[in-house]
Amino acid sequence: MLRLEPRPAAPAWLELATPVMAVIATMIAGGVLFALMGFDPVAAVRTIFWDPLFGPAASYSRPQLLVKAGPLILIACGLAVGFRAGIWNIGAEGQYIVGGLCGAAVALAAYPAEGAWIFPAMVLAGAAGGWAWGMIPAMLRNWFGASEILVSLMLVYVAQRLAAWMAFGPMRNPEGFGMPGSRNLQQYPSAANPELVAGTGAHWGVVAAALAVVATWFLMSRHIRGFHIRAAGLAPRAARFAGVSPAALVAFCLGLSGALAGMAGLFEVAGPGGQIIDSFGSGYGFTAIIVAFLGRLHPLGILLAGLLLALTYIGGELAQLTLQLPAATVQVFQGMLLFFLLAFDTLTRFRIRSARAMA
Amino acid sequence: MRVTTTELFRAEGLGKTYPGVRANDDVSFSVRPGEIHALLGENGAGKSTLVKMIYGLVRPDAGRMRLGGAAHAPADPRAARAAGVGMVFQHFSLFDALSVAENVALGMDAPPPRRQLPPRIAEVSAAYGLPLDPARRIAGLSAGERQRVEIVRCLLGEPRLLIMDEPTSVLTPQEAEILFATLRKLAARGTAVLYISHKLDEIRTHCDRATILRQGRVVGTVSPGEHTARALAAMMVGAEMRPVDRSGRQAGDAVLVVRGLTSAPGHAGTALRDVGFAVRAGEILGIGGVAGNGQEELIAALSGETAGRPGTVLLSGADLSALGPEPRRRAGLLAAPEDRLGHAAVPEMSLTDNALLTGATRQRLAPRGVIDHAAARAFARRIIAAFDVRTPGPGTPAASLSGGNLQKFVIGREILQDPRALVVNQPTWGVDAGAAAAIRQALLDLARRGAAVVVISQDLDELLELSDRFAALNAGRLSAPVPTEGLTIERIGLMLGGAHGMEVAHVAA
Repeated sequence: MLRLEPRPAAPAWLELATPVMAVIATMIAGGVLFALMGFDPVAAVRTIFWDPLFGPAASYSRPQLLVKAGPLILIACGLAVGFRAGIWNIGAEGQYIVGGLCGAAVALAAYPAEGAWIFPAMVLAGAAGGWAWGMIPAMLRNWFGASEILVSLMLVYVAQRLAAWMAFGPMRNPEGFGMPGSRNLQQYPSAANPELVAGTGAHWGVVAAALAVVATWFLMSRHIRGFHIRAAGLAPRAARFAGVSPAALVAFCLGLSGALAGMAGLFEVAGPGGQIIDSFGSGYGFTAIIVAFLGRLHPLGILLAGLLLALTYIGGELAQLTLQLPAATVQVFQGMLLFFLLAFDTLTRFRIRSARAMA
Repeated sequence: MRVTTTELFRAEGLGKTYPGVRANDDVSFSVRPGEIHALLGENGAGKSTLVKMIYGLVRPDAGRMRLGGAAHAPADPRAARAAGVGMVFQHFSLFDALSVAENVALGMDAPPPRRQLPPRIAEVSAAYGLPLDPARRIAGLSAGERQRVEIVRCLLGEPRLLIMDEPTSVLTPQEAEILFATLRKLAARGTAVLYISHKLDEIRTHCDRATILRQGRVVGTVSPGEHTARALAAMMVGAEMRPVDRSGRQAGDAVLVVRGLTSAPGHAGTALRDVGFAVRAGEILGIGGVAGNGQEELIAALSGETAGRPGTVLLSGADLSALGPEPRRRAGLLAAPEDRLGHAAVPEMSLTDNALLTGATRQRLAPRGVIDHAAARAFARRIIAAFDVRTPGPGTPAASLSGGNLQKFVIGREILQDPRALVVNQPTWGVDAGAAAAIRQALLDLARRGAAVVVISQDLDELLELSDRFAALNAGRLSAPVPTEGLTIERIGLMLGGAHGMEVAHVAA
């Protein structure tokens, strides 16, 4: 039998070093995996981590970095606030989908009218949709003590069914010759979320993500509410003594992370995605959980981690094209990253002892 | 050797080091058969580490022990029990839903058959004057009765050396008397008792010898009856104790008024029932009682962690009943809960952040929600300086402070906010004598400046020393407050419900 024993004191620099160690370990383990599958490990790792930025086709793939990192960072900022408070929203994917649906609904209802009010209204509707989807687990937890982890996760599947129904039903493009999927919002100027500066990939969602990083930093390190959130995560009774209402905190954290995820969904459906289709959810909501933890729940860390995870998305697609690596590569990489991060975290805080030596 | 016939247990040069702390350093002492031997020392002096080594919970990293002439180096508590060492812990490990007999059986290494156990429990409890019904469920027992279950469980193992860790801290004075009668009988039959406490008076009356520890080292072994409590305290602390100064206070108008306060049970499980009292400016009200009788619920209801019905909590006539902790602080009602780590303070956060935790409103540390870190640091520094908190600086995490220093910090944090009324729960629990005296003096000084102070405590000496009036909290009910002057420990014991189980005890004894 092995058991974990807390180390007396873990040095502070390890806190920053473990994400880097996790990335390196992922590259090594990924390389070994590719070698076993018969691919050249060095070429595969280079294709995923290097070529999207500096390879021969980098001018095509580089803008994709911001396109993918934007929603990841936007969602992860909201999640990190809740995780700091010990409130575990695992269902950002569902809030992302519902936000996209609500934002698209505003655009589709307004079509074909043009006006400067349409896009801002869509952003508000997207945020409201995500917020409302996040309030379901919040209310169930506050009223009945239901676990927000399970409820938020299960609501992802409800949201996916909802998206499929919308794509085949109420939101189907009447001029789409019976094909599933809504109108393409990119072809509807008042509702479109275009690339703002050509060649960068930056759309309004990327701007929102940048604002979210700054706002989250301000909230968590400068504002009394962020201080209360951190206190609640570390010592719930002390936070309560300081005057934090646990129920209000649950509603705030799930509402905030839901609203940010909903906005990310809206920016996606009005921009790179373009339309509501049945497979609208693309896993950003789940990957953002990895981003939040890899970034140590700190806004700056989340910024870097978001870019890195975006890189694995693009690099994975590139490796599929050029090396014929299987499509699941990205997920394997992302999964390994989280696994190694948690493993290194555990090993810096605890050491392994055999139970016999303990007695 | 002759020595082995007059000594049951001997420790020679025992040492144990934890990261950053030398918990025991070259500790040597011996215990004779049939004696009640006290281990005396402040919190953190190394008493617990020492007995844990004897009971096999901790392995010494220097020195050796002998028990009854043989080397004693238990690998675990089971080995220690087999060698004849029994231990009764301060915190009980009993299953509420099971009966006394079942609990006893669960704690034994080789329990006898089911049918034989109840008669044996009855036999032991009769022999030692420990009234106990084997068939009763633990849930319905008082703290004193629960302790008897633990003692009986130990005695069934027929120990030669019985270790008791602060046994009277959960007992009323009357229950404590029953316990001492039992210990006398045990000693008369040759069992040695190693008795940990920091209550000087009970050690002076009941113990044959006392070994005094200070900062992990043995200061000396003395006959406690031959020394005054003051002299013993001086040996423990290494300095003379200064009596507190109660002078210069004048009672004014009623500041804090509590009426008909009734609450749902908290996680400790005791609901408040119709609690009422009034505290005047400059006055200290002491609330005594054994823990678990509603103390947690009372402080939560006063701090605002639980809201009450309208008209139950009034400060200078203003009804605060429905308000949460922050608005109550703004109004001037402050509180310091018992549990320092995790309730009064966030262990992982720095002292600066912990100063911000309750000081934000009254000290204006976060104007319009934006934290003024420099002001928070200055406030933390002010607390550290005014209350002599020993720490490298305000950036130190709360958890790395010793219990006494952190307690000075959390009490100081509330006092420096100039409250109109302050409620503290167990202000000197687990705090060394020097820091305890400083905290008590600070509470008296606060009252002198015109604040109303409520001290909730299990330490009756502390309450007698501090308070002008005394009330007892028992099973969620508060007795009518009486003036402290002229109050005897016996009278207080009766107010605390010390009569519980008394009649049975007299019959058995």
